Amino acid sequence: MAIWDVRLRRQLRHEASRFELDVQFRSDAQRVVLHGPSGAGKTQTLRLIAGIGRPDAGRVAIAGRTLFDSDAGLDLSPQARRIGHVFQDYALFPHLTVRQNIAFALRRGWRNPGRRAAAPEADRWIEQFHLQAVAGHYPHQISGGQRQRTALARALVTEPAALLLDEPFAALDRSLRQRLREELLQLQATLQLPLLLITHDDDDVRCLAQAVVHIDGGRVVDRPAGAPAPRQPAAT
Amino acid sequence: MSEAWVALALTLKVAGWATAINLVLGVAVGHAMARWRFPGRDLLDAVLTLPMVMPPTVLGYYLLVVIGSQGVIGAWLLQHFGIRLIFTWQAAVIAATIVAFPLVFKAARAAFEQVDPQLEDAARTLGIGEGGVFFRVSLPLAWRGILAGLLLSFARALGEFGATLMVAGSIAGQTQTLSIAVYEAVQAGQDDTANFLVAVTSITCVAVLLSAGRLAPGRVAARA
Repeated sequence: MAIWDVRLRRQLRHEASRFELDVQFRSDAQRVVLHGPSGAGKTQTLRLIAGIGRPDAGRVAIAGRTLFDSDAGLDLSPQARRIGHVFQDYALFPHLTVRQNIAFALRRGWRNPGRRAAAPEADRWIEQFHLQAVAGHYPHQISGGQRQRTALARALVTEPAALLLDEPFAALDRSLRQRLREELLQLQATLQLPLLLITHDDDDVRCLAQAVVHIDGGRVVDRPAGAPAPRQPAAT
Repeated sequence: MSEAWVALALTLKVAGWATAINLVLGVAVGHAMARWRFPGRDLLDAVLTLPMVMPPTVLGYYLLVVIGSQGVIGAWLLQHFGIRLIFTWQAAVIAATIVAFPLVFKAARAAFEQVDPQLEDAARTLGIGEGGVFFRVSLPLAWRGILAGLLLSFARALGEFGATLMVAGSIAGQTQTLSIAVYEAVQAGQDDTANFLVAVTSITCVAVLLSAGRLAPGRVAARA
């Protein structure tokens, strides 16, 4: 059984230009990296997997759980997919503190968690990511690295079945990047969580990928010349 | 002068109701127009904005056609429920609501369009349903802009004259709002009353505009 089984097709129209996304990959690796130039369709692919965009046709199954299948008429809502999504600019809620952001998914219904409401699971992640000092701060008051950790914690608190990350290190400086990469690697090893990560940074590929999917022009392409090889063989 | 206080109380009641109704209607329609794309959206936007540019007397005439005793809805209400809307303070509320609606709707639409759709998507991937997305993400982030629009619409409803006069008339103590009372006082040559009414109206409007200015989107800190 493949961990990642993704086949997506979608026509995107934007004013005069048209773009066809037709991406297909299967992998037994837990950590897969989507690699390619900007505008290649990586972010769209991630959105379609998360269910916040609708493919014209295809099938998405992660670790044996089918989330979308146009032939079978199956299309789980993003809420039902239980896929953690870390957006490129983190998409933290600007009107909520770090702690409220992390506790966001723990409270159902129409009201946000209070600033001081009890949320032991949120506190556990705050501690693990060393965010105690900024827990009461708003997103615009904290550093890029802290924002990234907050976004990660906010997604992990839901105990997702898989984690999608869109260029998680792009907004950070080099030294921080390497440290956070190692943290993410460790975290993934502990949680044994399937992880799909977008990057155009070769270092991310080298450090994190068990398998690499190269995307260009909305399609999966063979490894372009000069592209980095993953640290471990693709099939594990 | 006690008539002036009666007129002020009535005006605040009418404008208050109109603003409350517009809070629900304007926010709902503004949100729908900001988030959904459908054919005829621009036309619908224009129609909904019409009360802002049309002469109030024309609106009043349309309202008479609809809620008048011989009107489409008016006749039906009279026949089935014995309700006569015309020349009541409720008719004044309807007139003020329609005249002030575009101010809330426009502000709400602009405020919702400023909210990054990605934040709403993030809430969805966190398992939050559409109601939660609206009340926990979209509305709190758009709230300031909506509030500014609400205050403007309240001020507009306070000053409403033409359409109100046509559908609610000028019955002292029942439908005679401040702006209509001013007109009546001037017509009757009661300058003292007119002066007093004008002063009360001006102070109320300045107070509302000052509050609205403090809430204008441009002055909101980065946090909101």
